[in-house]
Amino acid sequence: MTIKADRISWAAGKTVIVDDVSIAAEPGKMLGLLGPNGSGKSSLLRLLVGLRKPDSGQVTLDGEPIGQVSRRRLARRVALVEQHATTDASVTVLDVVRLGRTPHRSALSPWTSADDAAVEAALDRVGLAARRGQYWQTLSGGERQRVHIARALAQMPSEIVLDEPTNHLDIQHQIDILRLVNALPVTSIVALHDLNHAAMFCDRLAVMDKGRIVAEGTPEAVLSEQLLREVFRIEARIEPSPYHGKLHIH
Amino acid sequence: MSLVSRTLSGWAGLGLLAVLSLALLAVSIGAGVGIGELAIPPSTTFHAITNRLGWTAVPLDKIHESVIWDYRLSRALVASLCGAGLALCGAILQSLLRNPLAEPYVLGISAGASTGAVSVIVLGIGAGAVTLSSGAFAGALAAFLFVVILASGARGGADRTILAGVAASQLFNALTSYIVSTSANAQQARDVMFWLLGSFGGVRWPEFQLALVVVLIALAICLFYARALDAFTFGDDAASSLGIPVVRVRIILFATTAMLTATIVSMVGSIGFVGLVVPHVARFLVGPLHLRLLPACVGIGAIFMVLADIVSRIIIPQQVLPIGVVTALIGVPFFSVILYRARRAV
Repeated sequence: MTIKADRISWAAGKTVIVDDVSIAAEPGKMLGLLGPNGSGKSSLLRLLVGLRKPDSGQVTLDGEPIGQVSRRRLARRVALVEQHATTDASVTVLDVVRLGRTPHRSALSPWTSADDAAVEAALDRVGLAARRGQYWQTLSGGERQRVHIARALAQMPSEIVLDEPTNHLDIQHQIDILRLVNALPVTSIVALHDLNHAAMFCDRLAVMDKGRIVAEGTPEAVLSEQLLREVFRIEARIEPSPYHGKLHIH
Repeated sequence: MSLVSRTLSGWAGLGLLAVLSLALLAVSIGAGVGIGELAIPPSTTFHAITNRLGWTAVPLDKIHESVIWDYRLSRALVASLCGAGLALCGAILQSLLRNPLAEPYVLGISAGASTGAVSVIVLGIGAGAVTLSSGAFAGALAAFLFVVILASGARGGADRTILAGVAASQLFNALTSYIVSTSANAQQARDVMFWLLGSFGGVRWPEFQLALVVVLIALAICLFYARALDAFTFGDDAASSLGIPVVRVRIILFATTAMLTATIVSMVGSIGFVGLVVPHVARFLVGPLHLRLLPACVGIGAIFMVLADIVSRIIIPQQVLPIGVVTALIGVPFFSVILYRARRAV
């Protein structure tokens, strides 16, 4: 059991953004969320992590409605990596990753060795341990994304939600980030644009269109030429890649 | 880019800095008491204080002692508290609103206070029963409430809060101008202008006690939320996903800064620049983490204001310049140097 949405809807003003969506993440697996721009992916992710309250339906964490879980307890379980969240403050890589310990510390408790261990492990995992002193403003887009992932890992979550973590990155860094997320020992829900990347890295896929989930299942079951035509409005051929065996879209 | 983290390491360095700034503050206050039309040597000041505390019994000139106790010491101490408070408010608002231009008056508080003050000075509201300070305080709170309602509570987001503050400032400044231009005579207009630019002229021990209590309470609240403020580095949603009760923290900190600013403004007028610039200087020195930044703002703000007050009293013989004029006149060149160095350091 992990994050589960049960028939949730959410509207911004009178525009329905998320429309009667039910979705469940599988423990330890990577769930990819696909869909054209404006299909409601980001809004759904915000609902899943409790940043927005659904107008109807409910989101549960291990069966408990997340509205009843305190923000702090929730932050120890579920971490969010937003789409290019940035700052003007001159913080270092280490400062940002340490922010991940916020939900584990009270207002006046001192920094502990457990905090240090979590931060070190997170920095190691994303390969930035040697660059901890570097300032945020001097980092590239891919490095900033890795810092955010390290910050999320320092929260020691069992679920991690990422909103288009590969946006605006070059192809090498896109693959790096997805490989990193795929290897994490946590349940992950990732909004993605690149269908081939989704097919390569995700265990399951859910496809959104106009606020609804229109297909869900393994990449092999979900990605079809008909779906590409109807949801993404492209004519394309899909066949297993001779290189990695996963589906590939031409 | 933080100077201290590059030159001194960790909390030991910060402890050293704290001791240094306390010593500097003591020297500044000593200078504030000693310098003036009647020069008083530092030893006299020192003995006047120790005499009063009952530690020594050095015979002193009665006039000196009276100038120190009845006038200059309380003035210097209030100046330091106001500088500390304004810098603290500036730092909090810059972080909460994620805007480097935020300052204590961004929520319309000084504009509201000026309307309240003008209502008392010019319109004579309260018929003598209401003091200038309480009129200003009431005006400040009215403006703050206006902003809170306009920004629909604390859920409005940073940009909306700033816009609401701008609207409130415009409205209350217009009201002030309207009252002054329709009702005030020349002397009243001059009084209003002088009050608006700030003055430590009238402050004595009761003001010191009030300022001390308010600044200490506000500082304690802000330090309690220092870590929560760090979590706002990447915005409200990021703070929320780190487990911070964003709405509650915003309400508490906005209300705290509003009360502190309103108290200071109603006491000494709206002294500009300190709340805007000192947080940037402090950030340059100790970095952006609030557990260090907030105490640094308090120290630097206090020292800066005491020095500015000295300058305001001696720069023109026989005349005291409004303190707001001085904070800007000596602050801008100083800040330019910091900006220039910060650019090179990146």
